[in-house]
Amino acid sequence: MVWQVLEGLSRESAKRLRFVPGIVCIDEGAACGLSPEARAKALAEMKLILQTVGFPWHVVALEEVFDLPPSVLRCFAQEPVGTEGAYKAAVDSFLQQQHVLGAEGAGDSPSLAQGEEQLSWPCTQDPQNPQSPDRPPTAAQTEALSRLFDSVKTLTAKEELLQALRTHLILHVARTHGYSKVMTGDSCTRLAIKLMTSLALGRGAFLAWDTGFSDERHGDVVVVRPMREHTLKEVAFYNHLFAVPSVFTPALDTKAPEKASIHRLMEAFMLRLQDQFPSTVSTVYRTSEKLVKAPRDGCAAGPPGPRCLLCMCALDIDTADSATAFGAQTPLHLSQTQPPTPPPTAPCCSAGMGRVQGCCGGARPCEREDPRARVIEQLCYGCRVNMKDLPSLDPLPPYILAEARLRSQRACIEQQIQEYLVEDSDDEAQTGES
Amino acid sequence: MPAPQCATCHKARAALRRPRSGRALCGACFCAAFEAEVLHTVVAGRLLPSGAVVAVGASGGKDSTVLAHVLQVLAPRLGISLRLVAVDEGIGGYRDAALAAVRRQAARWELPLTVVAYADLFGGWTMDAVARSTAGSGRSRACCTFCGVLRRRALEEGARLVGATHIVTGHNADDMAETVLMNFLRGDAARLARGGGLGSPGEGGALPRCRPLQLASQKEVVLYAHFRRLDYFSEECVYAPEAFRGHARHLLKLLEAARPSAVLDLVHSAERLALAPAARPPAPGACSRCGALASRALCQACALLDGLNRGRPRLAIGKGRRGLDEAGPPRDGEPERAPAPDAVPAF
Repeated sequence: MVWQVLEGLSRESAKRLRFVPGIVCIDEGAACGLSPEARAKALAEMKLILQTVGFPWHVVALEEVFDLPPSVLRCFAQEPVGTEGAYKAAVDSFLQQQHVLGAEGAGDSPSLAQGEEQLSWPCTQDPQNPQSPDRPPTAAQTEALSRLFDSVKTLTAKEELLQALRTHLILHVARTHGYSKVMTGDSCTRLAIKLMTSLALGRGAFLAWDTGFSDERHGDVVVVRPMREHTLKEVAFYNHLFAVPSVFTPALDTKAPEKASIHRLMEAFMLRLQDQFPSTVSTVYRTSEKLVKAPRDGCAAGPPGPRCLLCMCALDIDTADSATAFGAQTPLHLSQTQPPTPPPTAPCCSAGMGRVQGCCGGARPCEREDPRARVIEQLCYGCRVNMKDLPSLDPLPPYILAEARLRSQRACIEQQIQEYLVEDSDDEAQTGES
Repeated sequence: MPAPQCATCHKARAALRRPRSGRALCGACFCAAFEAEVLHTVVAGRLLPSGAVVAVGASGGKDSTVLAHVLQVLAPRLGISLRLVAVDEGIGGYRDAALAAVRRQAARWELPLTVVAYADLFGGWTMDAVARSTAGSGRSRACCTFCGVLRRRALEEGARLVGATHIVTGHNADDMAETVLMNFLRGDAARLARGGGLGSPGEGGALPRCRPLQLASQKEVVLYAHFRRLDYFSEECVYAPEAFRGHARHLLKLLEAARPSAVLDLVHSAERLALAPAARPPAPGACSRCGALASRALCQACALLDGLNRGRPRLAIGKGRRGLDEAGPPRDGEPERAPAPDAVPAF
């Protein structure tokens, strides 16, 4: 993708791309369990390649998630488009190079042209800075990160956590350096696999955001996927024919057995099915184009609901939903650290109430002392199921826990002053607690 | 290590662990919990109002056996009456044995049983005849495509024969999960848009259908049948190995091994899929030949039979549907074009 952008920006191309790019790479060696020497080596190789590209680049280590502020998890309104003059000026000059290496290596495909290649479109003109100082992460941070990833029980949950942290980090880098868009190099094959994986993880409500062309969940920074029409094979051929250099770094699931995680399973299954039915990947891709970003029943007319803490999608747990009333119960009452609310389904059902454990607890948020339950309440269904594999929330980076605390406090306070607030709409009958 | 005690009654020795939650329960408590959950599904979804005459699609297999049994237990509480409807697709060596099991069950529960056969309803076409007709072209026989559509039509006819107001089938959570996976892999956006709920409310004269076992996983259904000592027929259909659903089923088994809650997660995802309005099927009308519910000029059953009778069995399969009395392939999203007047052979 970087090469394509390079060509698109060059003076000879017929339709010149009009943005100022930077490259962001994330060094995930600590999460993957690489030794410091291996990481340094991979980093050096990446820097060599990226220097030849000529864009501003940043290398960020994943350990820096421990320094992120809680504001990363908030969704800001999109800033109005910058004035024309500043934009045109920015187009004519390249800003400082930002290399961030995403170590999403699939063994045989070049990591430059797919995976974590992030080009960004800045909307303000940064002064010509030398490269951001390359601070190697401290040993304490590295250790904290490996402790976090070791405490996760399944590979599936590890991968999801890694993805969430990576997204937050990239978001933060983009915001600090003034980029308004982030481009990722996901190809058609990868997106089809991602779609099926999200389906299996319970994220059916958010497929359009996860695999669509543009993803505006985060408000001011938009994630776009320009490579989504190209299959992996095409990318591989392109790289081979045009001698695009690439670096392979082991990822979290390299050399893992096929049944180790849902991502691996799905990838193996899709590629095998593709052999038998050659149109599988493109069929799934076409189906993904038909997905829209709206709640199913069209109840989007109301004010935007609360958002998930980790993935920032509108929460899809609906306590009035009869069909998965059981399903939503299961993740909640399986977490052993819950205060002993009676779990058996029989009394709950024969009472005919059909109340979900979560909604019984959610009615009195201020009384919930348990921090784990407080965090889980704020997650969407898919993230809740992932959290089941995390026995304790302590190793999580502090910004997540801080934001969770803040949100629950805010909800608590809102409930307390509910009866004094003047509501805009008449149909919200509030019976506030004091 | 001594066996744990039942977690609900604390008296009897635990006989099983529930697959979903891992709780140890004795046989009686598990059956009670299972029945309570089905009751909750029906009541919360308002699926079967009091006074309904319910036609149970009985195939002799474990799902429909468990369904019939549970509904019989719950019938007094729900105020419904049951009728068994069995469909004979004419698959030699398989359906006869299954029907024998259904007859035994009907005798045991003293429920009226009606058997409807494809051969009677569809002009002599049995599944074996369909398979012979579609075989040999180098492509798959697509037996499940024919059988599924025709069976739903046959169930509807059988239900009307017994004067039923609702139809219930024994689809469990695993079936729903497989369906979602299959529809995505085949790119069937129309089915994805239609499915995912608890059944159809019965538009345009079709009887309302529902699936009370929709949230029970397959393992629990088998456990229930074991503890209640139900007699059912457990072989798979002769044509099952070549079905595409086999791939989805295989994938589901792998997913379940990697993450036990995968089935429920898939059902949860399926309910919340949001498809573009253009991808949804057009509003249903009536079939021009038989009057049943149809989203095009001909309902799918009539279209399939039409193809079979004309000697071109694949006529109605896939997006083509050319050659039927419709002007060109109707695509989703395009306005329905009036069918061109063709000389259609009398059916």
